Amino acid sequence: MGTYLFRRILQMILILIIVSAVVFLLVRLLPGDPILMYLTRQDVEGISPETVAKMRHELGLDRPIYVQYVDWVAHVVTGDLGNSLVQRRPVISDIKQRMPITIHLGLSAFFIAVLLGIPFGVIAAVRRGGWLDQVITTFGNLGITVPIFLLGILLIYLFGLRLGWLPIYGYTSPFEDFWLNAKQIIMPVFCLAIPPITATLRLTRSSMLEVMRQDYIRTAWAKGLRERAVIARHALKNGLIPVITLNGITVVIILGGSVIIETLFNIPGMGRLAVEALRSQDYPVIQGVVLFTSIIVTTSNLLVDLTWGWLDPRIRYD
Amino acid sequence: MSQETAGQRIEMSELPPGSSEFWRFMRVFLSRPVVIFGAIVIVAFVIAAAFSGSIAPYDPLAQDLTNRLLKPGQQGHLLGTDALGRDMFSRIVFGSRTAIMVGVVALSISAVIGMILGLTAGYFGGITYAMIMRFIDALMTFPPILLALTIAALLGGGLFNVMIALGIGMMPGYARVMCGQALSVREKDYVMCARASGATHARIMLRHIFPNCLPPMIVLMTVMIGVTILAEAGLSFLGVGIIPPTPAWGSMVYEGYNYLLTDPMLSFTPGITIMIVVFAFNMVGDGLRDAIDPSLRGTI
Repeated sequence: MGTYLFRRILQMILILIIVSAVVFLLVRLLPGDPILMYLTRQDVEGISPETVAKMRHELGLDRPIYVQYVDWVAHVVTGDLGNSLVQRRPVISDIKQRMPITIHLGLSAFFIAVLLGIPFGVIAAVRRGGWLDQVITTFGNLGITVPIFLLGILLIYLFGLRLGWLPIYGYTSPFEDFWLNAKQIIMPVFCLAIPPITATLRLTRSSMLEVMRQDYIRTAWAKGLRERAVIARHALKNGLIPVITLNGITVVIILGGSVIIETLFNIPGMGRLAVEALRSQDYPVIQGVVLFTSIIVTTSNLLVDLTWGWLDPRIRYD
Repeated sequence: MSQETAGQRIEMSELPPGSSEFWRFMRVFLSRPVVIFGAIVIVAFVIAAAFSGSIAPYDPLAQDLTNRLLKPGQQGHLLGTDALGRDMFSRIVFGSRTAIMVGVVALSISAVIGMILGLTAGYFGGITYAMIMRFIDALMTFPPILLALTIAALLGGGLFNVMIALGIGMMPGYARVMCGQALSVREKDYVMCARASGATHARIMLRHIFPNCLPPMIVLMTVMIGVTILAEAGLSFLGVGIIPPTPAWGSMVYEGYNYLLTDPMLSFTPGITIMIVVFAFNMVGDGLRDAIDPSLRGTI
């Protein structure tokens, strides 16, 4: 396990280096001059080429790109992501403020997805062809089809506007007012959870069907074990291995969804920060958000792989 | 002569109905009603996009402020009108054009780039594999919508930029699947044979490996059309995608959102349209998968 852990962490560092290069280059190489955009937005009178050149120099944008990159990375590892061009405060403070909110929503959605997706998938596989399977499979097919913003709007219309049960926007810290927070996040979390629930249940179902065909399951039935023992003790162990790997993708799906859902429900998390920054071309913030999103994903992928390696020794010795 | 004809007739009648490869394919493909439904929806969708001008009863951009926010069915507007008095049905019909254009072009961009990268990585292996696939791994840590959003915002909106942005955002999946395929196909005897007979790398890749990697890629592409249309809708919902007033379903949902309490159908109609079309592509994708290669079930 030690070597495996070491190798995975090395891989993660390598990926983060590539990620940082991509994030850095993405913003620098694409057309559009941030300085000019910034100056135009500020409505500075009489922008002279000298002003532009001076600013470019001040921000260090006149140096060779690889120097800029190394410099940027050196700052990033110390937590300095530069200042927001719009808010004029450190990007890291924005991210520190907003990341917990996204993680709160995302983790809730993640656990709901696992807690609902796996049992439903197992039930559908065990009762293959029955009415429960039909209901669950139909739900699974619909879930990957519905645009989450439509789902959000339907919920807002029904529970927010028509029935008036739930607030339709905002976020209050759970430490401030737990019940208000719970009411506020029910709908967004549900929307975020739908795509991963359906992905989880579809994969669990097909993986369990695959496992149920194996000889050792037939043996388990043949020696007269009860259904519960066959499913829970024999089938689940192998049936869930692909589902664990899906969890890494689940995190990506949820973070992608939070971009839309946080904007729709007006929740000040990382997703909305990304949209705000993109609308105002605030490139240090964009870089920060994309980088941190990627760090969250990479870290959770590492956790997934470690769990996987722990559960399935074959992986460790691969 | 007559014997021969008779012989042929017997031969034909002995075969089970539809035994030719094509009919077997169609039989499996259309075996489930939901796939037939999907195929019909897709045909209708393509027709709507191709003949928008003749199908739509009104100009989708023509504003008529005296007839704004009409309910569905009022004054000959099948789905009512929006806040600017534009005919909703015409906008939905023209929106299909946007959706299919973005869907197909973005899909092609992502599929071509992804397949080239995947094929190269899988065929050469070693350091090439490591470099390309680590890059793909890195890209896969970005949620596609965030990546597409960033690229679209940096390039500026507009139809073409959205296509590029989505194309890059969706690319890693193809590279992954293609690479896996190429890795297994390159070990086949016919590839060794081609190499032994002196074929160049390019020839082996294009003539021998690529065609044998295609079936799962076709299935993946069908499923990804739905995903791409969803992503485009998401982008234009956030206001980063298609520039108004070009009708796009996602931005129609967003525009209607302001009138949710009084006219919820303004948001629901385009939203449900997206859902039906995506559902259709997913079902047809499932049907294709079953017909092309049932062993892919559960993997794609």
